[in-house]
Amino acid sequence: MNTEIRDNILQDIREYLGDDLLELNMKQTYPLLLIPRKRIHDTCRFLKNTLHFAYLNEIIGADRFTSEDRFEVIYHLVSLRDRWRLFVKVLVDEEQPLLPTVSDIWKSANWNEREVYDMFGIRFEGHPDLRRIFLPEDFKYYPLRKEFPLLGVPGSLEMPNTTPDHD
Amino acid sequence: MSLDRVMGEGYFTTTVDALTKWGRSNSVWPMPMGLACCAIEMMAFAGPKYDAARFGSEVFRFSPRQSDVMIVAGWCTYKMSHAIRRIWDQMPDPKWCIAMGACASTGGMHRCYGVVQGVDNFLPVDYYISGCPPRPESVINAILKIQDKIKEQQSLKLDS
Amino acid sequence: MELEKKISRKKPTYFREHQEALYKSLEDKHATVEVDKSDPLTTRMTLNMGPQHPATHGVLRVLMELDGEVITKCRLDTGYLHRGIEKMAENKTYQEFMPYTDRMDYISPYSNNVALCMAVERIAGIEIPERASYIRMICCELARISSHLLWLGTMIMDAGALSYFLWTFREREKIYDIFDEVTGHRFTVSHSRIGGVNNDFTPAAVEKIRKFIREFPDELKGWHKTLDRNRIFVDRNSGVGAIDHEEAIAIGLAGPSLRATGIAYDIRTFEPYLHYADMDFVVPTRTEGDNLARYYCRMEEMAESVRIIEQCFDKMPEKGPIRVDDAKKSYPSKDEVYYSMEGLIHDFMMTDTGVCPPAGAESYHAIEAPKGELGFYIQSDGTGHPWRLKINSPSFSNLQGLETILDGEMVADTVVLIGGMDPVMGDSDK
Repeated sequence: MNTEIRDNILQDIREYLGDDLLELNMKQTYPLLLIPRKRIHDTCRFLKNTLHFAYLNEIIGADRFTSEDRFEVIYHLVSLRDRWRLFVKVLVDEEQPLLPTVSDIWKSANWNEREVYDMFGIRFEGHPDLRRIFLPEDFKYYPLRKEFPLLGVPGSLEMPNTTPDHD
Repeated sequence: MSLDRVMGEGYFTTTVDALTKWGRSNSVWPMPMGLACCAIEMMAFAGPKYDAARFGSEVFRFSPRQSDVMIVAGWCTYKMSHAIRRIWDQMPDPKWCIAMGACASTGGMHRCYGVVQGVDNFLPVDYYISGCPPRPESVINAILKIQDKIKEQQSLKLDS
Repeated sequence: MELEKKISRKKPTYFREHQEALYKSLEDKHATVEVDKSDPLTTRMTLNMGPQHPATHGVLRVLMELDGEVITKCRLDTGYLHRGIEKMAENKTYQEFMPYTDRMDYISPYSNNVALCMAVERIAGIEIPERASYIRMICCELARISSHLLWLGTMIMDAGALSYFLWTFREREKIYDIFDEVTGHRFTVSHSRIGGVNNDFTPAAVEKIRKFIREFPDELKGWHKTLDRNRIFVDRNSGVGAIDHEEAIAIGLAGPSLRATGIAYDIRTFEPYLHYADMDFVVPTRTEGDNLARYYCRMEEMAESVRIIEQCFDKMPEKGPIRVDDAKKSYPSKDEVYYSMEGLIHDFMMTDTGVCPPAGAESYHAIEAPKGELGFYIQSDGTGHPWRLKINSPSFSNLQGLETILDGEMVADTVVLIGGMDPVMGDSDK
């Protein structure tokens, strides 16, 4: 794909976000945008409807383990028309791990957001079915947070009985 | 054992017992508790090249009610362990259990929060197979060992 | 009263909150159904399938509400194989983590190895030798054939024909033999290394692969003959689980399931890696989007894979290094380790710290695994361990789509649909 279309896409994003585009990282193969939390929903809508990023590939959560803006959530978008990928990053605070859901824009955000919730405890407002996806609901920890030990908390997940449950 | 009195002393513990053991040991039907990678090797064990039918384990019974030996193949998570235990409880006696592969035996390389470190934490395992995953030959070996165990240890008296 | 007591005694007691939430979530899912009270056959019931079920291809749990024989809504419960592979990745060096990728999509481990190694190579800026990349390509395509063979065997077994399982496993055993010869293990190969591959093909291995790709197309033709016009098979699959391309993109399907709806999204052509840009192959697509289309896509992909392997053998350099000759980026060869002091030190350092990508770097690389796009997103903090490693697994995307596809299908088709999507739970559950 030629660079002209890519430059146009980036130009459109710059125009749309204005000062809210906190950072545009082009060091890696794909651009990585950093935007404020409050703009995530409308930016996603803009990216999908205007710039044809119709395919939400995954949502990545990460724990930066800093005292401010501890978590980051990265949306990985693919434009099938322009053959390009785009990463959109938002920072989430530990005190209030809340983000607006994008599952109304892309249906596929549903499970991905549940996975981020399961692993990091970031809640998505307006999500239709926010349950843990991998671990049972009874589990009270968020395993991919850095303070969670690799071997888990003893007794946090129950083990079956060694005798039959019933006759 | 009232029949003992009728048929003569030791009849059940010798002749009938030998016949039952022979029958049982040559018709060990596995319950394939296929969880992860080892399940693929377990399928190869049942498949054309390794052909478990030669040793009397020809049918994999997916119903616990019809199976004799449970092969736990793959790492067992806490979430899954309850289901495994329930299936084990539903299997009729006498029953045996094989922990296939490092993960099922000890947790193996998956030393992490989600994995039970060895299914012997909640199941009585009769035979452990090493390897990650074990080759189908080792599974055949395990079945033969289970057959030996049935021939040597199991007795009708234990059932009653 | 007595019966109730008996039932309550047999009810599971574990993970109570989880079960309640799951059933409640099924209640909440919006679906409007006209229930005809006069017809006794349209009775609503909730059916729980799995996690241990012969047709769920692993430990998937499907919870569905039936109206007669039609699934009005369903929920998938995954996580029965969740062991926290991403957490483990943060505690391992990049090379140490590679054997874990074997156990993700355990039907095609070679692709996973290559996906991780290429992601690390991208973030650390390592170029691999040409011969190594051809070896990777050949083995990846063999892994693709192997994966599709297992899908074919089990999917048709789900549809009712047992003999295909035996036939495809016969072919799979040949691929296992090849991998045994090339890598030293039947299927958890761990053969790829960061900066190349572990060892070169032996002449016997080359002979085996050539023999396999010579004979395999005939087998494939035979299967096409018995399946393409097989009335039972076509009736069972045609129009089942149909989905159009817009919906497929919206629910994020991946791999052959997406291509069966008409979207030619294949990473091999979308952003070619290794030497796929030089290869002459087509990406098979269909437009129907049903289970039969998925079958055709996968069958044609196997034929294309054979073509790619043939071309690789033509273009592959006869001799050459198979790993980067830079001790800071890749393991030294075993000869060096055994006979030179520097080699031993480098080997030790590689095992101890390994490759260290620059601090703060973030990178994504994906390859086309047999089931779809398999990508690794790596965040580095400058040490030999990844700070965060996120796996974008195709089975996860496909299972999410399955939840939508199953709505409105017949309950008897569930088994075929799960088989047709070809999920691997180890991949999906991470």
